[in-house]
Amino acid sequence: MNTLNEKPIYNDEIVKLFTIATVFWGIVGFAVGLFIALQMAFPSLNIGEYLTFGRLRPLHTSAVIFAFGGNALFATSYFSVQRTCRARLWGDGWAKFTFWGYQFFIVLAAIGYVTGITQAKEYAEPEWYADLWLTFVWVAYLIVFLMTLKDRREPHIYVGNWFFLAFIVTVAVLHLANNVSIPVSFLGAKSYPAWGGVQSAMIQWWYGHNAVGFFLTAGFLGIMYYFVPKRTGRPVYSYRLSILHFWSLIFIYIWAGPHHLHYTALPDWAQTLGATFSIMLWMPSWGGMINGMMTLSGAWHKLREDPVLRFMIISLAFYGMSTFEGPLMSIKTVNALSHYTDWTIGHVHSGALGWVAFISFGAIYHLVPVLWKRDGLYSMKLVNMHLWIATLGIVLYITAMWVSGIMQGLMWRSYDSMGFLEYSFVETVMAMHPFYVIRALGGSLFLIGALIMAYNLYRTVRGDKAPEATQVGETAHA
Amino acid sequence: MKTENRQVDEITGTETTGHEWDGITELDTPMPRWWLIVFYVTIIWSIGYWFYYPTWPTFSGEGERGGTVGSAEWTQYKQLEDQQAEIMAVRAQYQQQFESASFSDVQSDETLYAYAIAGGKSAFGDNCATCHGTGGAGAPGYPNLNDDDWLWGGSVDDIYQTLRYGIRSNHPETRFAEMPAFGEMLSTDEVSSIAAYLVEEDASNVSVGATLYEENCAVCHGDTGMGGQDFGAPNLRDAIWFYGGSKAEIELQIKKPKHGVMPAWEDRLSESTLRQLTIYVHSLGGGQ
Repeated sequence: MNTLNEKPIYNDEIVKLFTIATVFWGIVGFAVGLFIALQMAFPSLNIGEYLTFGRLRPLHTSAVIFAFGGNALFATSYFSVQRTCRARLWGDGWAKFTFWGYQFFIVLAAIGYVTGITQAKEYAEPEWYADLWLTFVWVAYLIVFLMTLKDRREPHIYVGNWFFLAFIVTVAVLHLANNVSIPVSFLGAKSYPAWGGVQSAMIQWWYGHNAVGFFLTAGFLGIMYYFVPKRTGRPVYSYRLSILHFWSLIFIYIWAGPHHLHYTALPDWAQTLGATFSIMLWMPSWGGMINGMMTLSGAWHKLREDPVLRFMIISLAFYGMSTFEGPLMSIKTVNALSHYTDWTIGHVHSGALGWVAFISFGAIYHLVPVLWKRDGLYSMKLVNMHLWIATLGIVLYITAMWVSGIMQGLMWRSYDSMGFLEYSFVETVMAMHPFYVIRALGGSLFLIGALIMAYNLYRTVRGDKAPEATQVGETAHA
Repeated sequence: MKTENRQVDEITGTETTGHEWDGITELDTPMPRWWLIVFYVTIIWSIGYWFYYPTWPTFSGEGERGGTVGSAEWTQYKQLEDQQAEIMAVRAQYQQQFESASFSDVQSDETLYAYAIAGGKSAFGDNCATCHGTGGAGAPGYPNLNDDDWLWGGSVDDIYQTLRYGIRSNHPETRFAEMPAFGEMLSTDEVSSIAAYLVEEDASNVSVGATLYEENCAVCHGDTGMGGQDFGAPNLRDAIWFYGGSKAEIELQIKKPKHGVMPAWEDRLSESTLRQLTIYVHSLGGGQ
């Protein structure tokens, strides 16, 4: 191992590509999300065969999770692994293949959704041919990442890279196990899953929950562990906490899937296990939040000056909130109320918009000036504007879903004094309408924020500077 | 942990671990105590939960569908049964009396009537509202249940029969009527003049229409067009048109009539629920 202090020439071209893709797919995903939110509020917007809610919903979820989130993970992991290993990203051609291969997968999957080709497994909708292609891309990603780690010129592997590696390996395992299927014909899109009945459901939610756990949590904690200390210029709060919360998170998360199948054909004992592992997951999740937030100790004043850092800290707050809410919702008695209601949708979005998207925005705002070698962002005022518009959007979104979800849950179980159900299903739907409108309003604010970001980044790349008094927060990371 | 390169962070006074990556260092802060304590508490709580609920798979499969039983002897099926029993106990205060009471008994007893309305409203929302609307206001092709324009009669007995056996359903006792397709028997002009007669158009062919009506339609819809509930013939002299009241729509219905289907609910709903629904629908506005 070479521990000389020289820095290699990093492969930042690939990071640029992934960063552009992140912003592009983010806007696509948020826009589709807004459209389907409007479809929920105004069903007449279900226009024609291809634009019905049923087909656009997986387009939205895949676009935001795999296209926006996935590209953000590629960009940030490729960026930080080189720097924390002091080694150029291994295999330029391989890295390029992961970029174009991954974009091809996204397009392949999206075309399938709108034309009605689906495995009908949530977050695993793409059919066998797209799954197979993704497997190649993912193995290439793993190889590039591992080989870069192998080439490192630092004696130790940085904690952010543990999280990235855990994310890449586990997602590979989940993807393979959940997508074992037999194509009906060689040239046909249709396949049947190898697993059947309740086993299939269990494997699906083992996959689905750990897509949240490893894709949207472990991977994004990898982002947090590089960009938060980098942006604050402060040491990571606790090395010991990072070890313990890493291993406990990895070990416990993988068991929590059955809480998605409370009160179903899944045997009671498996449901209980899922609930308890979710409860035990609370502190391991919070370990990441503590380590991120406490990294600011001694640098709290930077929050006042740097809206990019504010994105990261608000994201950690949302992360903390939704990782408390999750365990709560996995308890049988709570789940009996929350399951199948909008509460779940609100919960997911406090994690997805608040945590995943905000930490990504923070990282992108940090990345772009570095990648394109600019002094700083075009406008910090616009970053701040994005921050508050998007935060307001999230708050509107999740509070609307809390109210609508809990209200519907309570309406479903409400009996009159003579022992009959008080409300019919359609009455609950009518009662939710105003909240669907508020949700769409929240979503449109979030989209507007992302468009402001895209404009700001575009001007930054062009090398423009907004005529603002002073560019704050631009010195810490230069 | 190796001690070389360790430095003390000025702000917190804590030592670093001595490692550095791209300028990032790590503090060697001890685990936050409260974090550890809460972590242990969740583990202990979980162990308690394991003893309380069915949790671990067993080879003998002692509990329902395998797994340990748990001290609460809880199963999701038992929880469902318990909750259903709770509701049934509430209903039981009225149910027996309701079962032995006739429709007129129910209608004259305040409590039983309230019970029937509550049960009927609940059943209506989940079974009938899909076609007839939550308030029973109907939709084109689906009758409004709030008015007194009944196709097959609006007495409780009539409503009960319709509910139980349906209209043009697959039940052998179903109510059944079919309007012939007059487009195959009459010319377009003739159909048009009947329609003109029905909408009371001020036109020369109205008298032709009246004659044609008498010859073709009166047998079911009556000489005066008031319809007949015995064979489900709609009243043609009110403002209510099932498939639309414009002349063109009426012509279409004469030429090639649409026929809706009301399912027979006998096999899907209990006798009590059917009777509750009857009282409820009867109460909606037009009960006779």
